[in-house]
Amino acid sequence: MMLGKTAGGLFWMCRYLERSANNARLIEAGSRMTMTRSMADDAEWESVLSTANVKELFLQKHDHVKRADVIDYILRDRFNPSSVMSVVESARNNARMVRVALTREVWEAVNDTWMRLKEALARPVADADLPKVLELIRQQSAQVRGALQGTMLRNDIFNFCGIGTFAERADNVARILDVKYFVLLPSVSMVGSTIDNFQWEAILRSAAAERSFAWLNKESGPRAIAEFLILDRRLPRSIAFCYTNLARNLAYLEEEYGETLPSREMCEATLGRLTSTDVETIFDGGLHEFIQSILRSNNALGQQIEKDYRFYA
Amino acid sequence: MSKDKQPFDEMFGTGEEPREPYKSYHKWFEGEQNARLRKKAHEAEQAFRRTGITFNVYGREEANERLIPFDIVPHILSNREWQKLSEGIEQRVRALNAFLHDIYHRQEILKAGRIPAHMISNNEAYLPEMIGVEPPGSIYTHIVGTDIVRTGEDEFFVLEDNARTPSGVSYMLENRETMFEMFPELFIQNRVCSVSTYPKRLRRSLAACAPPACDGKPVIAVLTPGIHNSAYFEHAFLADEMGAELVEGHDLRVVNGRVAMRTTQGYTPVDVLYRRVDDAFLDPLNFNPDSMLGVPGILDVYRAGGITIANAPGTGISDDKAIYSYMPDIVEFYTGEKAKLPNVPTWRCSEPDSLAYVLDNLSELVVKEVHGSGGYGMLVGPAASRKEIAEFRAKLKAKPDGYIAQPTLALSTVPIFTNKGLAPRHVDLRPFVLVSPNGIDITPGGLTRVALKKGSLVVNSSQGGGTKDTWVLES
Repeated sequence: MMLGKTAGGLFWMCRYLERSANNARLIEAGSRMTMTRSMADDAEWESVLSTANVKELFLQKHDHVKRADVIDYILRDRFNPSSVMSVVESARNNARMVRVALTREVWEAVNDTWMRLKEALARPVADADLPKVLELIRQQSAQVRGALQGTMLRNDIFNFCGIGTFAERADNVARILDVKYFVLLPSVSMVGSTIDNFQWEAILRSAAAERSFAWLNKESGPRAIAEFLILDRRLPRSIAFCYTNLARNLAYLEEEYGETLPSREMCEATLGRLTSTDVETIFDGGLHEFIQSILRSNNALGQQIEKDYRFYA
Repeated sequence: MSKDKQPFDEMFGTGEEPREPYKSYHKWFEGEQNARLRKKAHEAEQAFRRTGITFNVYGREEANERLIPFDIVPHILSNREWQKLSEGIEQRVRALNAFLHDIYHRQEILKAGRIPAHMISNNEAYLPEMIGVEPPGSIYTHIVGTDIVRTGEDEFFVLEDNARTPSGVSYMLENRETMFEMFPELFIQNRVCSVSTYPKRLRRSLAACAPPACDGKPVIAVLTPGIHNSAYFEHAFLADEMGAELVEGHDLRVVNGRVAMRTTQGYTPVDVLYRRVDDAFLDPLNFNPDSMLGVPGILDVYRAGGITIANAPGTGISDDKAIYSYMPDIVEFYTGEKAKLPNVPTWRCSEPDSLAYVLDNLSELVVKEVHGSGGYGMLVGPAASRKEIAEFRAKLKAKPDGYIAQPTLALSTVPIFTNKGLAPRHVDLRPFVLVSPNGIDITPGGLTRVALKKGSLVVNSSQGGGTKDTWVLES
C-alpha cells in the first residue's frame, strides 16, 4: 500500500524519463536521414514532430518546418511540454514529490540527469555538438534505469515505475508506426528501392532496433519490420514486450492488493490481441487501423490505471 | 555586550592558543594543506548538489533552488558547556508546554498578573479554537528548535524559542554525514556525540503521543505544503528517515471521524501528523478558508481525539517575539526556579517608555517584527543606512506593538575556512528538542548557522548565511 499520489508520481516520473530518451532517438533517426540522403527533406522532420505528438503546438510557434527549429523545439523548448528539457524537469519534480519512495541512488540519478541536461541544453545545440548531447541524454536515461534496477525493492513502488515506463514506450513505438505506416504498406512500397530502405532503417532506428533486427538476420521488408516492432517479444521495445511487462506489473499489484481491477482486464485484452495474431492478419485487417486501436486502448489503459489506483483526489 | 568590544572567538577565546575543546581539531588543521582542504570543500558542495539539499528563496522566480553554503570547520562545544545548555533548554521547554496548557485552560498566569491579558487575547497566534482542548499526552510542542547565542566564555542567551515548526534539522544530519565522508580521521581522533539517531528518536517521540483513537502501531505522516516550499527537502528527508508517509493536504480527508490518507487501496487513518504547514493553513473550515494546503475539518477530528497534530495548533503564541520578553517570568512561574539560560534584554515597543528609548537609539539596536521570521523585516541598527533607519522609524511609530528591540549583541565567532585560511565569523546555534510523555530529549549538537560576510550578524540562510557541523564532545 502507498499513497495514491505517490503511485501517480512514480508512474509519471518513469513516463517522462522514458520520453526523454525516446525524443533523443527520434532526433537521431531524423538527423541520420538528413545526412544520408542527398536532398534535405522537411517532410522527414515533420514526421518527427508528428511522432513526438507536438506538430500542432510547433506550428503555433513556427510557420515552416525547418530542421534546426524542430531539433531545438524537441530538445529544449520550455513551451513544448514534451521537450527533453521539459520532461526531465517534470520527471525530477515527480521524483522530488515521491522522494520517500525512491532509494538515494535513484533520486541522485534523476537529480544528476536534470543538472547535466540543464547545462547541456542551456543554449541551442550546435550541429557539431548534437551527437554528444543525444548520447548524454541516452546515457543519463541508462543511469536512472540502472539505479532503479539495481537498488529498488521489487514491491508495488517498482511495479508502478514499470507501468509508467512501458505505457510510455508502447505509445512511442505505436506512434512511430502510426506516422510511418504508409512506408510499410505493400501498395506503395517498391521492394528494394533505396528510398524505402532509408525509411525502414529510420523506423528501426527510432525504436533502437536496427542492430537487433540485423543481428536476427531478418529479411528486410515492411512485414518483417512491423512484425518485429509489434509482435516480437524478444525486442525490449516491441509493443508485445511492453504489454507482457504491463500485464506482469498489474498482476503483481492485483496479488499484492488482493483485488481485481478493470485496468488489469483491459491490459490482458490488449495482450491477448497481440499474442493471438500474426503479422499477416494485421496487414489483412489494415496496419493503420490496428495501430490506431492500440494507441486508443493504450491511452484508455493509462486513464483506468489512474482511476484504479487513486492517483488523484 | 557593547558593540565596540572584540567579539568572543570560540576557537581562540581572547588569546592566541586554541581553547580546550578546539585543541585537538586545531592541531589537525595546522597539519593540513590548504589546497587539500579547498578541494574537500569543493567536493562537499558537489555532494550537496547531487543529494538535492537545496532550499527555495522566497521572492525569486527563476533558479530559485539554492544551496546553503557549508563550512568545513566545525563548531565545537565541550561536554560541560553542553550540559549547561541542555539543562537550561530543558527547563525552558518544560515551561513553554506548561504555559501553553495554562493559557488554553485556566489562565493562571494571567490571573496572577505576570503577563498582561491583552498580550494573549489580542495576539493573532492565540487560537480561541484551542481553548479547553486537551492534546494527546498534554504535549503542545513536540519539536522545538531553541536558538542560542553566545557572547563570552560563560555567557549564553536564548535568542528565540521556535516552538511552532522549527526547520534545519536535516542540515544537522547531512552536515555530519558530509563530515564523515570528507574527514573520517577527525572522528577517530575526537569523541563526538552522535546525532544520527535523531530520526528514530523523532519517530519514537511522535509515536508516544498517539491519540486515543489509535489502536495498534501508530501511523505517522509528515504534512508538507509541497515541492515548492522552501523546506521541502527537509520534509521529504525526515519522512524518508522515519519511514513515514509524506503527504500534502489533497492526500488527506476526514473519513468516519478520522483523518485518512488516500492510498492505492483507499483511505487509511493517520494517527500522528507531523505538520510542516502553519496554523492558518491547517484547516480551511476552521481557519483560512482559502487554504489549499490543509485538511477541511481536521481540527474537529483533533478536538475529538482522532488525531495528534505536532506541534499542536496554537503553539505559535509561545514563540511570539512579544511573549519572548516575558520568558524569564514564564519559566519562574511554572518551574519555581530562576531561568538557567537568560533572555536577551528586550524592549517592547508597545510600552511608551521603551518605544521612546528605542527611537532614540535605533542605530545601536536590532529591531524585529513581532511576527517576523527568517531574518525578513528586521533592522540591524549598526549596519543599517540612514535611509533604512528612517524607514524603520516611521514603521515603529505607525505600529509600535508590532516590534521589539534588542541590543546588538557581540555574537561569538567561530572561524570559517577561506582561501586565506581561517577567518572569524559570527554564529548561532539551534539544538533540536523532542518532547513526549516519556520526557524531553535533546540531541547533542544542532544546527550552527554562520554569517559568511565579514562582520555580519545575520546568520539566516535566506540572507546569505551558511552552516557548520556542530560537535558536542563526549568528555
